Amino acid sequence: MSHHIVEVKDLAYTYPGGTRALRGVSFRIVHGESVGIVGANGAGKSTLLRHLNGTVEPAQGSVRVGDFPITRKTLHQVRRTVGMVFQDPDDQLFMPTVYEDVAFGPLNLGLPTAEIENRVMQSLDTVGAAHLRDRPPYRLSGGEKRAVAIATVLSMTPDILVLDEPTSNLDPKARRQLIELLRSFRHTKIIASHDLDMILDLCERTIVIHEGRITADGPTARIFNDQNLLAESHLEKPLRMQACPICGPR
Amino acid sequence: MSKIESALFDLSGLDALALQQSPIHRLDPRAKVLTALAFAITVVSFGKYDLTGPLPLLAYPVVLIVLGDLPPGYLLGKLIIASPFALVVGVFNPLLDRAALTQLGPLNVSGGWISFGSILLRFGLTLLAALILIATTGFNAVCLALTRLRVPRVLTVQLMLLYRYIFVLTGEGARMVRAWSLRAVSERRMPSRIFSSLAGQLLLRALDRAQRIHMAMLSRGFEGEIRPIRPLRLGAADAAFALAWTGFFVLVRFYNIPRLLGRLVTGIAQ
Repeated sequence: MSHHIVEVKDLAYTYPGGTRALRGVSFRIVHGESVGIVGANGAGKSTLLRHLNGTVEPAQGSVRVGDFPITRKTLHQVRRTVGMVFQDPDDQLFMPTVYEDVAFGPLNLGLPTAEIENRVMQSLDTVGAAHLRDRPPYRLSGGEKRAVAIATVLSMTPDILVLDEPTSNLDPKARRQLIELLRSFRHTKIIASHDLDMILDLCERTIVIHEGRITADGPTARIFNDQNLLAESHLEKPLRMQACPICGPR
Repeated sequence: MSKIESALFDLSGLDALALQQSPIHRLDPRAKVLTALAFAITVVSFGKYDLTGPLPLLAYPVVLIVLGDLPPGYLLGKLIIASPFALVVGVFNPLLDRAALTQLGPLNVSGGWISFGSILLRFGLTLLAALILIATTGFNAVCLALTRLRVPRVLTVQLMLLYRYIFVLTGEGARMVRAWSLRAVSERRMPSRIFSSLAGQLLLRALDRAQRIHMAMLSRGFEGEIRPIRPLRLGAADAAFALAWTGFFVLVRFYNIPRLLGRLVTGIAQ
């Protein structure tokens, strides 16, 4: 199943303004893995994610998804394989109704009408949003928007899911439901977030990025126990791994 | 700001009406767009002193409101919100144009008053037709119909995205104004210096968002065309609808039906 592999080699990127967002990043993610990408604000997480489906072209280095490197010719195939869920659902839900939004991707793939109907309802069912199908996206709650944003990506049946801060702006219950939803997916998952407790829940492997470089890459439990590493990367232990200040140290 | 938001930009209420099922709602959007266009052209083509000529055209909105099961009060409310524009356009006519044109009993009615009335009537009719079009078709289907009628795609996609993001944009604008007003307790009006900086920031934010939306579209295989879910089908009923109404409009345009009726009635009386 080599087509589920994501391989990044010596990736560097500088924004037109001169900000060096990535300074040589390399890793390899294999089929079925769930990987958390953590780091301070401005560490380069979002820039890295944008390279994974070719919305940004690398200035140096290469990104391979499955059997081929991302180039203009393979872009179409890559975007079918990699489903990208953006941080702000308002950016992702641009069609007038939920149904049309979820159908947007499959329509671009040129699928027949019956298959589109099928995929849309299946994706909405998966995220528990079938009842929202005729609603306009701007009328949804934060949690509903997020669920629908994920459905818009699922309807393209990607093998790899890339999520940018999926739990931001969610209330605790919506956050918990989202975590359970993501846990139920068999896809290869790449999740960038500051919500380290969520990463701990979902990802067995974590990559730490600091100032455009990878400072650690390994099992999540080990990395989140490394106090020095976390401090250097402007991070903290997940709350769950800290002693409780109210009921006393464990 | 909040008033504007709730009133003028509450277009979503219209869109909700478009989800209803009725004979009018089921018609092909293209037929409805073309008919509305023919209606607007007919209304606008009447002369400025012609107050009775366009009156029979009221039949069009009335029939559509009844058949389409639309709430007339709601639509009239929208009309009133927009009416200041027409009032401003026509309000000076009675003052500038005082020549008596006709007599209503003992009253001399000046040309200004008649043209003022005519402006209001024509404005009301065209806007009502536009509102009904959206309420029976949905903004998006209108855009789709326009695309099919060979209106450049660049324009229709723009319209669609504008409609989708006007709520996000007004929300962002409202938050910025609120943030300003909370820290400018003593100031009543926003100084132009601050306004220009807020407007500039709003533009930059809009550009950023546009870029992110474009990225999200590309991620889902966008290649320059927003494809419709269901292909449009133009049936006999759609053609009949468009042709019958257009025929009616032409009739009303070239024959002053109220005057003919009046002559008929007075002729019989004599």
